[in-house]
Amino acid sequence: MLSVDAVSRSFGDRQVLKDVSFRVGAGRMTGFVGANGAGKTTTMRIMLGVLGADSGEVRWQDQPLTPAIRQRFGYMPEERGLYPKMTVVDQIVYLGRLHGMTAAAARQSTDALLERLSLTDRGGDLVEKLSLGNQQRVQIAAALVHNPEVLVLDEPFSGLDPLAVDVVLSVLRDRAAAGAPVLFSSHQLDVVERLCDDLVIIADGTIRASGSRQQLRADHASPRFRIEVDTDAGWLRDQPGVALVDLDGASAVFDLAPDADDQEVLRAALARGAVRAFGPVSPSLTEIFREVNQ
Amino acid sequence: MTTFAAARLVAAREVRMKLRDKTFIFSTVFFLFIAIASTIVPALIDGGATKVAVTDRAAATALQSQGFEVTAVPDDAAAERLVRDGDVEAAVVTGPRVLAMDETPSDVVEALSVAPPVQLLEPSAVNPFLKFVVPFALAFLFFITSFTFGMQIAQSVTEEKQTRIVEILVSSIPVRALLAGKVAAMTLLAFGQIALVTLVAFVGMQIADVDTAIVSQVGPAIGWFLPFFVLGFVMLATLWAGVGALAARQEDIAGASTPLQMVVMLPFFAVLFLTDNEPVMRILSYVPFSAPIAMPVRIFNGETAVWEPVASLLLLALSAVIFLGVGSRIYEGSLLRTNGRTSFATAWRSRSTV
Repeated sequence: MLSVDAVSRSFGDRQVLKDVSFRVGAGRMTGFVGANGAGKTTTMRIMLGVLGADSGEVRWQDQPLTPAIRQRFGYMPEERGLYPKMTVVDQIVYLGRLHGMTAAAARQSTDALLERLSLTDRGGDLVEKLSLGNQQRVQIAAALVHNPEVLVLDEPFSGLDPLAVDVVLSVLRDRAAAGAPVLFSSHQLDVVERLCDDLVIIADGTIRASGSRQQLRADHASPRFRIEVDTDAGWLRDQPGVALVDLDGASAVFDLAPDADDQEVLRAALARGAVRAFGPVSPSLTEIFREVNQ
Repeated sequence: MTTFAAARLVAAREVRMKLRDKTFIFSTVFFLFIAIASTIVPALIDGGATKVAVTDRAAATALQSQGFEVTAVPDDAAAERLVRDGDVEAAVVTGPRVLAMDETPSDVVEALSVAPPVQLLEPSAVNPFLKFVVPFALAFLFFITSFTFGMQIAQSVTEEKQTRIVEILVSSIPVRALLAGKVAAMTLLAFGQIALVTLVAFVGMQIADVDTAIVSQVGPAIGWFLPFFVLGFVMLATLWAGVGALAARQEDIAGASTPLQMVVMLPFFAVLFLTDNEPVMRILSYVPFSAPIAMPVRIFNGETAVWEPVASLLLLALSAVIFLGVGSRIYEGSLLRTNGRTSFATAWRSRSTV
């Protein structure tokens, strides 16, 4: 398990991280979401040792991180970059060797990754000659070449075509299934919602919420219900304990007062005619995000 | 992986890329060409012995014994014709008079005259031609090498910043390994280039049969020049790397490196123009930036006491260590500031990596 413990960091007078703590569980896909400037990239840079923390620390398996441990991390920075005048293979092999692989192992891993990313026939090309989409794929290979035990990826899906998104996703899932903690940031909440086991939400340099997706939903579920009947649902306005959120003819969304009973409302509806649908509404990630950002 | 192993990987990549770089190959070929041209070509142009037409038998014997190519002619008119036709460079006719086209053939005149004995009261240890050429050559070599290779270090650092790969690199290996690898690679390449050029020049001298006494005379100065060169080069190289890290784009390098360019250029011109000014040269031979040029020149001119080069070298080593610290701090402080040019002060303060 990778844990960030009470990390703070300032740039000059501006404090960008305040007492940031969260965990990335082994084998879990953890989404890291927040608005631009919330502190995602700074947090990830501190996790990788690219930046120092003013206070607090990052731990792996309950040990403080050392450069030797960080060598086994895979990192994809937000600002992508490769040597434009190196060939794809040379570049990935070189990065593998910088992580301590032997030349032969780096070469083998590079070939396997290029195969998986459908880049095998571009291996001898200079990076600058590749299309932007292919450069992104090389970037992914660069983060994965040394079979990292931990993955930290800053906006891994931005700039990828849908096909590449699927490939990358399957690679990340494989890593998670093999027991690696995978942390990735994204501002595309729908993507995160679809992919993640766990979520960390950051705003203004503080962690506003973190935990499993189900847990977060349950925590942030207001007693909200949706109902669909055959006739006009306007009578709900006068129902005690009901605060209408949205009314559209025969369907309505409403919040229930804490002491009110949802079954009471259902009985009242049945007394007026057929009920087609009735149930609690779980908040979407977007709604949770909006709520914790307020 | 150790810092040393990481630095070696970085250095290996730099060398490999440089050996494929057209500019580097071109500059090496260019220097080799200069080396060949300046050693072999003069000998070829010289074209062997001077040809002289001679009417007088006694003069012919005298000239022949001194290595001139003598053509015996029956009379003065025939001699003059040969000179006019350009078949010979000069003619010795009755008188004796020497005929030539538009320039006094001093070698012929000298051969025929009796020089009075000369006694120098303060003989110079050094041949006056060498006294000019050696300081110039050493100063120029240090200047051009530290300048061109320094610029390339800066460019290679800026390239990593500009292409943003630096963040991946820094997350994999220590920043100082990156810096050390780059400096080591460039030092190696600079010396490789110089060694190759020197070797070719030496072979050229052998072929052209240049007087090898010169080589032995220059020897000690060159011997001292090497350690001065290495330390001076490494000291400047880290500063160049720091300057490269201050720039965010290749276009910024010229501006960011202006102070450093001055530091490289001023000692060169100072030594060049003030070679004969002993007090100034004494000072220059201890200032770290000019010592690599000034001290070997003073050694060559026989102006130094035994302890002087050693003291200057120690001083240079000490400042190299200090500047290594300065250069790497600037490098670390500005490497991740990818937006615009970083000021020296900001880079100095914000050493933020761990």
